[in-house]
Amino acid sequence: MNYTDLSAFEISQKVRSGEIKAVEMVEAALAQIAAVDGVQGQLDYKGQDPAQDDKVHAFISLTSDLARSQAAEVDRKVAEGDDPGLLAGVPLSVKDIFCVEHTHTTAASRMLANFEPPYTATAVNRLTQAGALLVGKTNLDEFTYGSSSESSAFQPCPYNPWNPKYAAGGSSGGSAAAVAARETPLSLGTDTGGSIRQPSAFCGVVGLKPTYSRVSRYGLIAFASSFDCPGPITRDVRDAALMLQAIAGSDPQDSTSSTVAPSDYRSALEQDVRGLRIGLSPDYGHISYPDTETGEISYQAIQREVSQAVFNAAEALARAGAEIIENVPMPNSRFGIPAYFVISRVEAASNLHRFDGVKYGFRTTHPFNDLSELYRLSRAEGFGVQPKLRILMGMYVSAAQHAANYYQRALKVRAMIRKDLTDAFNPKGAYRLDALLTPTTPTTAFKRNDVFGNTVLMQYSDQMTVCANHAGMPAITIPGGLDQAGLPIGIQFIANDFREDLLFRAGRAFETATASAAWRAIKPIVLSNQQVIS
Amino acid sequence: MTQYEIIIGLETHIQLNTRAKIFCGCKADSWGDEPNTNICPVCSGLPGTLPVLNAEAVQKGALLAAAMHAEINPRSIFDRKNYFYPDLPKGYQITQFFEPIGKGGYLDLDMPDGAQKRVRINRLHLEEDAGKTKIDHGVRLVDFNRCGVPLIEMVTEPDLRSGAEAAQYLTQLRQLLRWIGVSEADMERGHLRCDANVSIREKGSTVLNTKTEIKNVNSIDAVRLGIEMEAKRQIAEVEAGRKVESWTLDWDAEKGVLQKMRSKETEADYRYFREPDLLPALLSTTEIERIKASLPELPLARKARFISAYQLSAYDSDILTSERGLSDYFESTVAAYGGEPKIVANWMINELLRLIKEKGLEASQLRITPLHLSEIIRLVDSGKINAATGKLLVSKVDTTGQSPAQIVQSEGLGAISDDSELIAIVDAVIADSPKEVESFKAGKESLLGWFLGQVMRRTGGKADPRRARELMLERLK
Repeated sequence: MNYTDLSAFEISQKVRSGEIKAVEMVEAALAQIAAVDGVQGQLDYKGQDPAQDDKVHAFISLTSDLARSQAAEVDRKVAEGDDPGLLAGVPLSVKDIFCVEHTHTTAASRMLANFEPPYTATAVNRLTQAGALLVGKTNLDEFTYGSSSESSAFQPCPYNPWNPKYAAGGSSGGSAAAVAARETPLSLGTDTGGSIRQPSAFCGVVGLKPTYSRVSRYGLIAFASSFDCPGPITRDVRDAALMLQAIAGSDPQDSTSSTVAPSDYRSALEQDVRGLRIGLSPDYGHISYPDTETGEISYQAIQREVSQAVFNAAEALARAGAEIIENVPMPNSRFGIPAYFVISRVEAASNLHRFDGVKYGFRTTHPFNDLSELYRLSRAEGFGVQPKLRILMGMYVSAAQHAANYYQRALKVRAMIRKDLTDAFNPKGAYRLDALLTPTTPTTAFKRNDVFGNTVLMQYSDQMTVCANHAGMPAITIPGGLDQAGLPIGIQFIANDFREDLLFRAGRAFETATASAAWRAIKPIVLSNQQVIS
Repeated sequence: MTQYEIIIGLETHIQLNTRAKIFCGCKADSWGDEPNTNICPVCSGLPGTLPVLNAEAVQKGALLAAAMHAEINPRSIFDRKNYFYPDLPKGYQITQFFEPIGKGGYLDLDMPDGAQKRVRINRLHLEEDAGKTKIDHGVRLVDFNRCGVPLIEMVTEPDLRSGAEAAQYLTQLRQLLRWIGVSEADMERGHLRCDANVSIREKGSTVLNTKTEIKNVNSIDAVRLGIEMEAKRQIAEVEAGRKVESWTLDWDAEKGVLQKMRSKETEADYRYFREPDLLPALLSTTEIERIKASLPELPLARKARFISAYQLSAYDSDILTSERGLSDYFESTVAAYGGEPKIVANWMINELLRLIKEKGLEASQLRITPLHLSEIIRLVDSGKINAATGKLLVSKVDTTGQSPAQIVQSEGLGAISDDSELIAIVDAVIADSPKEVESFKAGKESLLGWFLGQVMRRTGGKADPRRARELMLERLK
């Protein structure tokens, strides 16, 4: 039995029954990390070692001692007959944007390279209280600002386990790569415009963005507070349901967290898709972007293999008993990225105000004459390019003379985007959908350095994911096949508020229907490298 | 000569006396605490933390809005005011910009000359306070204790016309805040802070000219003085053919002068937008009705009632309604006493207020209760004790907590009503003072007071002064 091939569900069963000890699971995860991860991300990395080229680099820091003591506690509970929790003995990694007491929490920024928060994020607390073992913090785009993880101040950034020359996606690239490379079966990511789903699609794993407010944001270093959602990254749908069960629910420390009681997601897995109405929208067949000069919208078809995978999935679900509804209009989805560009940057610029070199984090090492010079130097040296661009844009579009044209207008567009979806899900409407099936990304993973540097183009890789964020609705990506280059394709389901159960049903049904598909037997290349080496 | 009119609007910041801060569990009042000892990750703005609204702050804010006759917003919304300053740990202040908790309203001023003046309120909103910075030996230090203390910012319309009116507004506002129990309203401790916007115009004109803002004024006198000085300066500028510029002025309390802080030509852009970390503060119609119903009778109404119901003078009513506890004390004493309210008023104004001042307490905190006081007044009325003993009793009851009757009995303070006892003492005084008797008889009649003093001393103040005088005159002649 290869411990690292086990799902979280299987591990929790085996640890609970005493077949495996939690301390063994920790060591198996740490051994896998040692084998595939290579050097962890670090500041001012100058390494040129070719041996690092086919490593994953998912992590910024490891918390081995913490994981070992948590494992010992789980084993003690099992030995004494206490409940070891839903996720007993399951190794866990957490995107390094979540505060964890007494560990470095960097946000992949020089600004917070030495920051140790005196508190732990609620979602992380709930996972470890459920018996999960925190082995490390994963790399990401600086402050989550990006879709490739390449903007991290901690290099090397995560590489795609299916082909390390390709980007792992982002911003939860380290988390998706860690799950794909069997380093941890569970990783906690965050999704603001697609930051769980896009890297999950690129890395061939399952990623869930829950309903906004379903999971507490306490302890999550904010990007765009009205969009940010913590959520699971796992290898299968059942593990995602299990993980959401552990983290969902209201939190007195986050007054925006929902008081709606979470469903029993595990029992949803037992139901098939017969009778479910699943929609397809032509508006998800292309990406659309405004010409920077004329503002005219141009369309570009998405990668053929990706749209084919969506149709294949629709057929598989139809065979499983779902009703497929075609031509569901999502006319405002084309405004998703421009509106997101504006709103998210206004919130981001404000959220970054607190990093000023005064209280914690980075302070300039250069002499300064006055307060404003301390601010200027600390922020100039502590922030990378992405935070700076977002501050500039956010300040501009919320300035008194521009807010009506940009920020206020973007909020109206946001409401229109949500209406597209609420209309489609309306039980008395024309479509009465249970879920909308779309591609997760317009293309499979792009090569590292290909898109990085073009902020606008990078942003457009979120066009399929961002509307769920605008609407606050839940969406899941699951692996839907491989393209000719052997890179994973993600398909996405979007459902109405708090209907994660429907996403799990649809996703699980697709997994079952394609259980014997040839592409499912293929593993990421970093795992085969490992086998060749050993 | 041109006649000028001064146009004043006041912005007050009122610290609500909630138990906890507005967005975290730290206690709200840090008075006397060491710097940075009353803080937590939330109020010191550590990354990843989130504000959680303190419902008590909303309740108190709404109560104040009700007291100001403002419209209470059933769905007030928080916004971020973005700016950099070291005492603002998040780099933005959470405030209510677009949808404040209260809109409109007014405060009626009772001017000392008897005139009434209505000052309109523009709005009231909830917000968090910032910390404090200071320079110590050339090093800039920050104290976050005050971060997150709940404030109401209340803005008047430009309705005030003199430093005296502004001072009266603040005096009545302070009284009202304490009256309804939403703030300690101590200006020296910063519970009540005031910025004044001042401009001038020719009398009869209706334009609003360029205004200056006076900041950091920490006493009512300073507000009055600062406004008068600034109006004088503006008039001098205009008379000299210059323009008034839009300045922010800082009140230097030590020197008693205004200093220019900055030109306001380029107004800061705070990039207000809705705070995504908080839901709207909701108040149902029922709650709003309950808050309005919980408002006590307000100071001006109570003053008017004291004048009409108890036949008190405006002067006495003003004093007795200066503080709600004092006015409650008065009414309880009147009820227990059953006699002339004016007599109670005299006792309270002359005796009780002295005690209150000496002890630095509020009426309700005294050990002497309205029941005690009414008993003392009745003892004096019935001649069982004299007025001097009554006054002494007020202090004694408050010190011991014993009832007046108990003290009278145990200390033998009852008035000497037996003539023979008093005659004996009068005779003894005369016998012991041959020189004084001689002088008196020679015509120095002013010595009578001295003789009576001797009698009072020998009786421990228990002699009925009227009877003692009669007897003394009788014996000396």
